[in-house]
Amino acid sequence: MSETSGQQHPVGVYLKVWILLFVLSTFSYMVDFFHLEGYLRWTLILIFMFLKAGFIIAIFMHVAWERLALKYVLFVPLSAIAILILLMAIEGDYTFLTRETFFDQ
Amino acid sequence: MTIETDTSTTYTDPGVDGMVSDWSSDRQTFDLPWGKLMMWIFLLSDTFIFSVFLTGYMNVRLSQTATWPNTSEVFALEIAGTHLPLILIAIMTFVLITSSGTMAMAVNFAYNGDRRKTAILMGATALLGASFVGMQAFEWTKLIGEGVRPWGNPMGSPQFGAAFFMITGFHGLHVTAGVIYLSIVARKVARGDYEKKGYAIVEITGLYWHFVDLVWVFIFAFFYLW
Repeated sequence: MSETSGQQHPVGVYLKVWILLFVLSTFSYMVDFFHLEGYLRWTLILIFMFLKAGFIIAIFMHVAWERLALKYVLFVPLSAIAILILLMAIEGDYTFLTRETFFDQ
Repeated sequence: MTIETDTSTTYTDPGVDGMVSDWSSDRQTFDLPWGKLMMWIFLLSDTFIFSVFLTGYMNVRLSQTATWPNTSEVFALEIAGTHLPLILIAIMTFVLITSSGTMAMAVNFAYNGDRRKTAILMGATALLGASFVGMQAFEWTKLIGEGVRPWGNPMGSPQFGAAFFMITGFHGLHVTAGVIYLSIVARKVARGDYEKKGYAIVEITGLYWHFVDLVWVFIFAFFYLW
């Protein structure tokens, strides 16, 4: 098996991703530093977050080079989390409206 | 009677065809060292834990009617007379990314058979991780000093403290465990314990460490920046 020959890739790939992660982190800090607000802020935060997460998973954790069989094991269960987030967002919104209606601040 | 495993088939077909042949053919499905597969399964379960924490945080933040504390100001520091918003968290983020880079390098050197560089880089990763935990301890001390508690705080919504302590606390615990894990493996690498077994263990340790960094990416975006 792969016991002896693991994931081996050129050092350059790691260095490039490393620098990229620094740049992306700086950008996401800049979002806060320049007090961006509203949809622009949230969009930028999410874009930088998903880019960073993607590069860490794909390159540093070598998922880009793994077999599809493993990728499915890792990513299919995440759909359950997506559903949970959706349900809890609806529920949280409902609770908020209920509190606004029935509790005076 | 012994069970014959078909080792002649190679794991080379890409895509869906490859996945089908991986799951059929009466052979081992995953072409990975068992430790690496088990680490992935563990990380998947850990993903669920952190996702549930962050979803819980999202739910209380959506449903609260008071004002959520401005994290940009709560985590600001005065450095050399300059007021810098969220600066400690930014430094912590850079420290963790640096440690992820040194870890990736360590994996690379391990497979190239350079034991010395592997051990040094893993040691550096552990040190960076320890300094991250140190900064987190500083942050906790500062917030506790300002009266932030899991049940309330002077800045706004009482749910802020609960979410903060639980999410960053659990992440900090993971970093601490990672520092210990890295130190143990680095020492064994330096001693040459893996000369016969191969260096998949360094990659497995790396998976755990990169995951800790990955979780921080989400905490940074959702808890500190949002």
